[in-house]
Amino acid sequence: MLPLNTFWLVQLSLSGGLILATSLLLLKIYKYLCYQLTAQKSLVKQINRILPQTQCGQCGHPGCLPYARAISEGEASNRCPPGGHETILELAELLNEPVLELDPSHGQFKEFSVAVIREDECIGCTKCIQACPVDAILGGPKLMHTVIEAECTGCDLCVEPCPVDCIDMLKHCEDAPVIFSKIHDIQGARP
Amino acid sequence: MSPLQRIQSMLGVGTSLSSRRTAGGIKPPSYKEHSLRSRIMPMPIPPQLKIPVGATESGTIALDIAAGDHVHKYQKLAQLQLSAQGRTSIPVHAPTSGIVSAIEEAYVADHSQQKQVCIVLKTDGLDTSLPLEPAVDYRQLASEELVTAIRRAGIVGMGGAGFPAADKIDSAAHQALDLLIINAAECEPYISADEALIRERAEGVVTGAEILQRASSARRCIIAIESSKPNAIQALEQAIEAQTNITGNCELLLVPSKYPAGSEKQLIQSVSGIEIPSGQHPAQHGVLVHNVGTSYAVFQALVLGRPCISRITTLSGQALKTPKNFEALIGCSVEFLFEICGIDKSLRHKTLLGGSLMGLQLPSDNAAVSKTTNCLIAAGSDELAPPTEIQACIRCGFCADACPVRLLPQQLLAFSKTANNSQLLEHGLMDCIECGACDYVCPSHIPLVSIYKDSKAAIETRLTNHERSKVWQQRFQYHQSRIKKEKDQAPTRTKAVPAKKPAAESEVSASNNGNEQEFFSKEKASREIAAAVARVKARRDESKKAASVQDKSK
Repeated sequence: MLPLNTFWLVQLSLSGGLILATSLLLLKIYKYLCYQLTAQKSLVKQINRILPQTQCGQCGHPGCLPYARAISEGEASNRCPPGGHETILELAELLNEPVLELDPSHGQFKEFSVAVIREDECIGCTKCIQACPVDAILGGPKLMHTVIEAECTGCDLCVEPCPVDCIDMLKHCEDAPVIFSKIHDIQGARP
Repeated sequence: MSPLQRIQSMLGVGTSLSSRRTAGGIKPPSYKEHSLRSRIMPMPIPPQLKIPVGATESGTIALDIAAGDHVHKYQKLAQLQLSAQGRTSIPVHAPTSGIVSAIEEAYVADHSQQKQVCIVLKTDGLDTSLPLEPAVDYRQLASEELVTAIRRAGIVGMGGAGFPAADKIDSAAHQALDLLIINAAECEPYISADEALIRERAEGVVTGAEILQRASSARRCIIAIESSKPNAIQALEQAIEAQTNITGNCELLLVPSKYPAGSEKQLIQSVSGIEIPSGQHPAQHGVLVHNVGTSYAVFQALVLGRPCISRITTLSGQALKTPKNFEALIGCSVEFLFEICGIDKSLRHKTLLGGSLMGLQLPSDNAAVSKTTNCLIAAGSDELAPPTEIQACIRCGFCADACPVRLLPQQLLAFSKTANNSQLLEHGLMDCIECGACDYVCPSHIPLVSIYKDSKAAIETRLTNHERSKVWQQRFQYHQSRIKKEKDQAPTRTKAVPAKKPAAESEVSASNNGNEQEFFSKEKASREIAAAVARVKARRDESKKAASVQDKSK
């Protein structure tokens, strides 16, 4: 039997404590690394959720997701004109950064509007179809094109390539005049 | 209720019902005594009625009449088919006889604050009515038949919500209902329509409650009234006693007189002790609440066979000589009602719809009375005047004590100022019932409720934007995958094309030689494009010239 004196007791307890401490430390480091990895991924996701998804490219990136990635890697978060001040606020809150003003070199905030093609002037060149990031323009070569209003993000990208300038950005308005036509329809259809 | 029982209920002991404590609440002066001085008055037939049918956004309107038709009292004019559920509809009936002169959009005195489609009825003063449907014995009818009859009478929630009463019963049809509460609390200052109704027509109210209980097959039916209304309580006690001798088993419960005791969830809590969780309906917990006005309308529909063409409306305020309760015809203008109450227009500062705490300013004095118009106030200048000076929040915490939903109004205010939506949602802004108790107690006169309303609207637009951007994101992903696919397939195509090209070209040229009017010809297309480009260039030059001319002239 070992002489179980004070010296041995101290030794045992010390080494036991050391092993426990190192294992705890290793666990912490492992957890931290895991957290960092998932955080990076989920941060991009979270940023992307805040961005307005107009895919306009005014920030200098080809779409909102690339910009979200760039922000997560440290790019300034004030380069999204369609999102406006609200998006900057939300991003600043998420990233724990000071709130900046919108960077004017990337454009001004505009109210949401949709592209509308003046259909009798359209020559069917398909250039706007190629420019549209969300495939919201319908048409074929040498045939008239039209914009699916519900899917237009108002990104402006189709206006520039049009050779005959027949695309207008119009403010999206709820069909005000239709209300009365509805009533007349009902009146006409009465038994 | 005997005096002993009443004492027992106040102490919360014994076998009788007792109300339970709810959080928060305030005790503002009631101002109800002015309008309760006289009895409910029938109103003279106004020269014109604008009967609201509904807003076009809320559903489709089916008209049974056209402009120029002569209609009788009680005749069905139109119905609003709600878009949310296809089968629900709210019919509208003629309050008196006359000629339909137009169908137009007009302001309506209800909480939507928007123009609604109205049927304009030029009355002839004869008041010729269709024969009322023979009154059937409601005790013989099954609950589905009762619900159909309620739906046909066009009854909506008379307390102010305006939700179709039949749909409310239907929504709870799958659940086993424990409790039907008839809400007679009417806690808001100025409004006395329900109290006047009970005081004079308690039998109808109790019968209506019994019909509603049968229709929703609820086990118990409790009429909840504020303890500060002795006359109404007495009338109800007598009516309940008379009815209990025949068939009914309605009970009466006095709830403490404080604002907002009559708010749906608060009332349920004080009657049954159940606290309805956020985002859930009372029906999910076996409780249903109907207003007394609704109950009386149900009585009229089932026992008298009379559709919903009038309602009791309180007219009050300092600008009126004789404030009173009217049995107002649906569709009469607010101004007409004020006139017969002797309004002094020079005294009127503003017109409110509803009570003094939750009331809204009417967009127009010519607004038409709807089925949910419970109170109209012609307020004098020193009555309900907005506080002149808004001071900073001193964090006194009075608002948190007053809040019936147990929110933290000062925290919400701070988050609203910084538009911190995530924190606002976390702190339960969406559960705010906009009762105005926090406004009332605030020593700094901060208009908290209107700030919360703005925040709620902002959050809602933000949420719809998020929904929209989700669609865009998906579309963008589709687009990218399509581009990628095309790129992957591109090499095979470019290889294939050169081999075929010469043959194709020769074909085209051959066909061009053969037929000048070839539909798809490259030359023709390029000519057209060139012409279009030239057109635009010319137009641009013109506009530039015009601009330069203008500059020069300046």
